Amino acid sequence: MAERTTTPEQDEFREHCRRWLEKNRPPAPPFRLPIAPIEVMTEEVRQYLCAWQKRCYEAGLVACDYPKEYGGGGHKGFQSIATQEMGRAAVPYMINVIGLNMAAPTILTHGTDEQKRRLLPPLFAADEIWCQGFSEPNAGSDLAGVQASAVRSGDNWVVNGHKVWTSLAHFATWMIMLCRTSTDDKYNGLTYFIVPIANTTGVTVRPLIKITGETGFNEVLFDDVTVPDSMRVDAVGKGWTVAMTTLLYERGAAEGAGSGGGASVEERIGALIALAKSMKRWDDAVVRDKVMQLAIRAEGLRQTARRMRVEALSDQPMRLPLQAKLLVSELLQDVAAAGVEIAGPHATRYLGDPHAPDGGHWPHAYLNSYGYTIAAGSNEIQRNILGERVLGLAKSK
Amino acid sequence: MALTKDFGFGEDEKMVRDQARRLLRENAGIERLRALVARDHHAAYESAVQPAPWDEALWQEMVGLGWTALGVPEDAGGLGMKAIAVAALAEEAGRVALPSPLIATLIATTVLRAANARRWLERIVAGEPASLAVTNPAGSWNAADTDVTARPDGDGALLDGIACFVQDARKVRFFVVSARSTAGVGLYVVAGDAPGVTITPDRITDLTRDQASVRFERVRADVATAPPGGADVLEQALPAMLTIVAADLCGAAEWQLQTTAEYARVRTQFDRPIGFFQAVKHPLVDMMVDVDRARSLMYAAACALDHEPADALRLARMAKAAASDAAAYCSDRSIQLHGGIGFTWECDVHLYVKRQQHNRLLYGDAAWHRRQLAAVLGAAA
Repeated sequence: MAERTTTPEQDEFREHCRRWLEKNRPPAPPFRLPIAPIEVMTEEVRQYLCAWQKRCYEAGLVACDYPKEYGGGGHKGFQSIATQEMGRAAVPYMINVIGLNMAAPTILTHGTDEQKRRLLPPLFAADEIWCQGFSEPNAGSDLAGVQASAVRSGDNWVVNGHKVWTSLAHFATWMIMLCRTSTDDKYNGLTYFIVPIANTTGVTVRPLIKITGETGFNEVLFDDVTVPDSMRVDAVGKGWTVAMTTLLYERGAAEGAGSGGGASVEERIGALIALAKSMKRWDDAVVRDKVMQLAIRAEGLRQTARRMRVEALSDQPMRLPLQAKLLVSELLQDVAAAGVEIAGPHATRYLGDPHAPDGGHWPHAYLNSYGYTIAAGSNEIQRNILGERVLGLAKSK
Repeated sequence: MALTKDFGFGEDEKMVRDQARRLLRENAGIERLRALVARDHHAAYESAVQPAPWDEALWQEMVGLGWTALGVPEDAGGLGMKAIAVAALAEEAGRVALPSPLIATLIATTVLRAANARRWLERIVAGEPASLAVTNPAGSWNAADTDVTARPDGDGALLDGIACFVQDARKVRFFVVSARSTAGVGLYVVAGDAPGVTITPDRITDLTRDQASVRFERVRADVATAPPGGADVLEQALPAMLTIVAADLCGAAEWQLQTTAEYARVRTQFDRPIGFFQAVKHPLVDMMVDVDRARSLMYAAACALDHEPADALRLARMAKAAASDAAAYCSDRSIQLHGGIGFTWECDVHLYVKRQQHNRLLYGDAAWHRRQLAAVLGAAA
């Protein structure tokens, strides 16, 4: 007999999600949806996805656990249910993923009441898109080396600098941005700002081309951009601490305001088996073994996500959450690489080739997977963090 | 599919685990293990008969605490606790590489339980250790492949033949044997000291257990499952068996991780603790990732035994495969990262490396279980 682990309200909410998603599934778009929201490129895709997020928000499936006064649902333990049900229903993802999963929890934790009231409701409704300005050409893995500067000028700050790998900047109203406000101390010289991007004097957004041949992320140049002091997040010099909150959510170690939808890892394993069968490779013991290794990793990921919430079986509080980004990104990469190998010569055919298996998904997903093993702190950095924070090994820096 | 959020690991189960961890830490720690099994390398590998040392006083204490009764249903005098409690106990035994018939007995219990053999379950509760004798000389534990034959003899049977790879054969009081008769395969129980039983010990690498071939010559046996029910009972018990072995592997792998990490924190070279260097740091993290995957799957398999039996075999195979692979990697890195000292008899790591290797090969290695999984998942896709 299973223990009761949900409240009647949560059970009822799950039912609500199921019913609503069944009735309100959006019509299939006339274009190919990118693998992930951060790769959205065209205005028509943006409009389609913004409209979908807004409807989900209005139906109470987004920001469920945020306080009502900031536009949330005011519930507890609802978001993970909504996210699960959106995944189960295989509906499109939420486009404002950086806003929901990174900006919103950071603002809720460190922001002022005024910031929360002004910024969170349009973020939830996808009326304002968010991007993140952390990395720079000379500050990647060594993030605290950021050089973009903010200099105080009365009630304002003047921002100059260069941010890179900035997904969604081309649609963004706002950027969460890490700036240097002092050169005296590497870590304590950083301050966290919310910077206007769209229609802002001195801001230039330039697309970068990925190895997939697509754009989808950008570099953003700041030339004497004025930011009011009311858009500073937490104290001057506390930027590193605030950035750590953002990264905790970005790396999947904590749950944000919902991301919903998109293909689950299990579905991708299913697609891999289907591919192997259609390529007549499923009888090959080597192929089977490889696919089963991936299936076990996928199930392990799911069970670890479940174990993360069971204190008595987790040893140390951050041991499992800090593994999330590493596990997901490497699994997706290896699944895509396996798909390429299984499809053999057919996998030479890329997006747009009429004979490419699964529309060229496998070689495209493989190339694109490096975005995830590098972004949000490369996996080498993730291993440093796990080794140092969980296993207590000597710090690399 | 509704998942039991906490794996059914509640207060009672936590109490069992914490009590086991405490007792074993105090009475079966690494110093005690070394003194028991590795004092003398000549004796361990070169004496005419390999020794099979274990702490019988500790066994009595464990029996007194109800460890052999945990997984036995209440109507057979047991505590009727969940599979996740048994798994947690096996994990603690693995953590200290316990030389004891405990794991063999927990595994035999799963089969006797599936057979509903109350009389023998009661004897396990009372403290008699037991082991499975179901594997043929070729290494197959498939019921149909048994090399033992059974002939009816009054209300019992007479057994002839040989079972190999019998775990802790010299420590247990009775064997659960699969044997074929004209009616098919049945399961039988034989006392270890019954006339006609010959136990021939193997010389094995693992110092924390013993293993033997057991020959039966006109041995009088009790019927646990009448033929042809034996194959079904063994199959029914398989997920629980695999989960217990996976738990043993996971506990030992966690020890390997923690011990190697500790060495990397204290061992200094180039004026720094070696854990500073990423060539050491990153493999340690990969050990942790492997161990955690295996542990999550192992708890999931145990939870499925309790709450979702239809899914238990899939998860148990995944757990055994993941735990075997984690054990292989942790074993490999635990020696290598200890450097020269890790290659010596005096360092503790080899005791665990050898136990891990043994468990990895028991009841199907990782690749074998992946092959079985592929047949199932491929049919579903």
